[in-house]
Amino acid sequence: MNIELRGISKRFGSVQANRNISLDIRASEVLGLLGENGAGKSTLMNVLSGLYQPDSGDILIDGTPVRFDGPGDSIAAGIGMVHQHFMLVPVFSVVENVILGVEPTGSADFLDLAAARDQVQAINARYGMDVPSDVLIEDLPVGIQQRVEILKVLFRSADVLILDEPTAVLTPQEVEAFFGIVRALRDAGKAIVFITHKLHEIIEIADKVSVLRQGEIVGGGVPSEFSEADLAEMMVGRPVSFSVGRGTATPGEDVLDLRDVTLVDASLEVRLHQIAMSVRAGEIVGIAGVQGNGQTELVEAITGLAPVASGQVMFAGTDITASSVRQRHCMGIAHIPEDRQKSGMVSAFTVAENMVLNSYYDDSVARGVQIDWHRAEEQAAAACLKFDVRTPSVFLDAGGLSGGNQQKMVVARELERGVRLVVASQPTRGVDVGSIEFIHKQLVACRDAGNAVLIISSELDEILDLSDRIYVMYEGQITAEFDNSSSQADRGAIGLAMAGANRTAAA
Amino acid sequence: MADQTQMDPARLAASQPVANVTDWRRIISGFTLVMLAAIVLFLLDAPWDSVSTFRISRPRDTWAVGNLVVPSQLINTLAAIILAFLGTRLFLRGGGRWTGLSLGVGLIILAMAFLVWATAGKAISLTGMLQATVVRAVPIALAALGGILCERVAVINIAIEGMLLAGAFAGALFGSLMGGWAGIICAMLTGGVFGLLLAVLVITYRVDQIIAGVVINLFVLGLTSYVSSQVFAEFRWLNKATPFRAFKIPVLGDIPLIGPVLFNQNLFVYGALIMVTLSTYYLFYTRMGLRARAVGEHPRAADTLGIDVIKTRYAHVIAAGMVAGFGGAWFTLGSVGRFDENMTFGRGFIGLAAMIFGRWHPLGALAAALVFGFADSLQQKLSILNTPIPSEFLSMAPYIATIVVVAGLVGRARPPAAIGKAYTKD
Repeated sequence: MNIELRGISKRFGSVQANRNISLDIRASEVLGLLGENGAGKSTLMNVLSGLYQPDSGDILIDGTPVRFDGPGDSIAAGIGMVHQHFMLVPVFSVVENVILGVEPTGSADFLDLAAARDQVQAINARYGMDVPSDVLIEDLPVGIQQRVEILKVLFRSADVLILDEPTAVLTPQEVEAFFGIVRALRDAGKAIVFITHKLHEIIEIADKVSVLRQGEIVGGGVPSEFSEADLAEMMVGRPVSFSVGRGTATPGEDVLDLRDVTLVDASLEVRLHQIAMSVRAGEIVGIAGVQGNGQTELVEAITGLAPVASGQVMFAGTDITASSVRQRHCMGIAHIPEDRQKSGMVSAFTVAENMVLNSYYDDSVARGVQIDWHRAEEQAAAACLKFDVRTPSVFLDAGGLSGGNQQKMVVARELERGVRLVVASQPTRGVDVGSIEFIHKQLVACRDAGNAVLIISSELDEILDLSDRIYVMYEGQITAEFDNSSSQADRGAIGLAMAGANRTAAA
Repeated sequence: MADQTQMDPARLAASQPVANVTDWRRIISGFTLVMLAAIVLFLLDAPWDSVSTFRISRPRDTWAVGNLVVPSQLINTLAAIILAFLGTRLFLRGGGRWTGLSLGVGLIILAMAFLVWATAGKAISLTGMLQATVVRAVPIALAALGGILCERVAVINIAIEGMLLAGAFAGALFGSLMGGWAGIICAMLTGGVFGLLLAVLVITYRVDQIIAGVVINLFVLGLTSYVSSQVFAEFRWLNKATPFRAFKIPVLGDIPLIGPVLFNQNLFVYGALIMVTLSTYYLFYTRMGLRARAVGEHPRAADTLGIDVIKTRYAHVIAAGMVAGFGGAWFTLGSVGRFDENMTFGRGFIGLAAMIFGRWHPLGALAAALVFGFADSLQQKLSILNTPIPSEFLSMAPYIATIVVVAGLVGRARPPAAIGKAYTKD
């Protein structure tokens, strides 16, 4: 089945998400769709999957124009979408998730799970996916959950599969296995659209590539004819340097020292188990690991957001295990939270208000019980200039800024005071390339000024680019430590540790 | 090549068991059980020679069975020993799933010991008490079922109380005008109308679900109270319906104990049992049920698969209103035939507690409703038995049971994931 998109345009309010886009999706071919966050990739695919209706333009299936009024229509036409955020019901089993919406039934609407299980296992075997039928989704690792998403699409006998940022949540080994499945699907005659912002994936898996920038197609062709630098330039619109260019570290004393820290959540499950690690002055330490292996809890333990069950958190030689968040803050611990929308900023506050969230009480802006807004705004304006936060005015709501500018605002707020330790969690998630470069430079500058920097990221490339030392977390434990100061640590070895290899070997 | 420092394997291997973490739930439960043992032993004591008599059959029953006679003090001493054992066991070893189970068994033993103590030297009809338990569980179970139908599609239904009251009112009014069956149908329609109102408010206009529910409750309370005090007081014939009588199912109704309790009841008891069975089948064994649960857990996923989230929610909230309307009719057409101001008395809220206790499962909710119904009938019987406990305290029994059950036994019940959130496409 071939699909042709002709002149698709889609506008949300004042944002032109897609402008006059034309694409050719062919059977037995992997089409790579490359673009930055916010370039309009997801909007385009939501148009194709029927979730949005285009303002203008046509969708042609094998030459015939079609119109999708909802996801049901596009599913019926044989288009299946694997969303970046999985669309799986966590408390349903694999089979229940796969059949949802197209359930085989007996009389009296009875759900024929036995028949469904057989059908699912048949598809499973055909593409070598190896997914259990009756396990609940919440009990499966992310890599397998993704296969369930693919099963779901295949169960609806889709001929076109749209994969939206499919590798974002996978370890390097899982990515390899996943590419194997993608190739098997292509060889079986499926058309595949592979959406990503990772250049090396396009070069590895795509038969053709189209590059999207600011809602428009800006180029494309056969990936082997391009270098990574060409593709990057097309995607961003200017030459991009990939290496951060960080000098050799000169580590000093321990600034942060965790001694056998164990953290237990409200339902008494162990989230961190006897974590022992340190971050020295003048050093960047990276925490690698697949999301959900205790990174969030580690940050909470360091910043004081969650109490630890046992062990000690030492900061510059003092025991801060029992100190409050505010106390730790005042001692010079800066925190860039993993989810800026949820815990990094208040969208409905202005930029200036957001900038004083961590200093409204101290002498810099407070006058008794009042805030000296005049001074706060001056400081905010200066910080915006210094940290490249592009906003017409500091009086505008922070929620209206782009992701990159929001993140730079958070970074500015955290780094603008005297800090000794920066805890940066997913510092560049959902941020444009320009802002990524800028934030990385700021973190390295912070290190060069003699501060300790801890970076937690699920992007292994980011960890490898920035860190002098790398710890790998798996199931709430630190399972490996790598030196990354003079030469780059072994990507494969880190990948194995992220998948839990070390722990299995040890246990 | 960069070098890798492997973590000490011995350290990783040794790190399996959980570090010294205090399980407060276990400790509090254990302490509670030991306290209960002390209460049974020291407060619920009777003379050693007294016996408690539980009547099972009436003399003219088809198959009569003898009375159950037990030595009061011996039974209660045994009960205290078992309670103390369960509590101590929790302290020393327990934890995990044993916590809830031990506490549940402990509460059943407490209820039995209490009954034995109260009837020491007297006689009580066990059959009558269980019969009353079932009857009183009916409105709670139906309210819980209404709650489940809503919450399974992620709509919080605080308005269940108002829907019960509206059903009771409509049952009395239309039952007086057009007879019992028409009364029931009108009660269900009225409940459905309030379901529709809630659906419009929270699904289409995305009003906060708690606020919308409270508003409906207040509206129904105000309206029915006004009409009953102003209109019904004047025209008494508008509020004088003939209630449904119990009818015995042949053969089954003659079985000792079980017969009178389950098969010699009125329409509402049978109706509630049928609705619970049907909705269990619907929710967990049918295609539409699977879709409904998906809408409650992950509406966006359901939407991407072509399931209409909005329609599904509307249908369930309206159906929930109709179930609650039927439950409301129990208060008038199922018992006295007359509507009184605020006669539902918070049964709708207790129904919501039963829903949570029953973990959003119709059968679980029915079981929970029976527990509350038992507490209710216990209070009624004990006030007749002339125990030293003031009747005001006894009438608190259902509510105390609610608190104990919801706080202590439920533990980590998990509501549908999307609960309380309005659905929008973008």
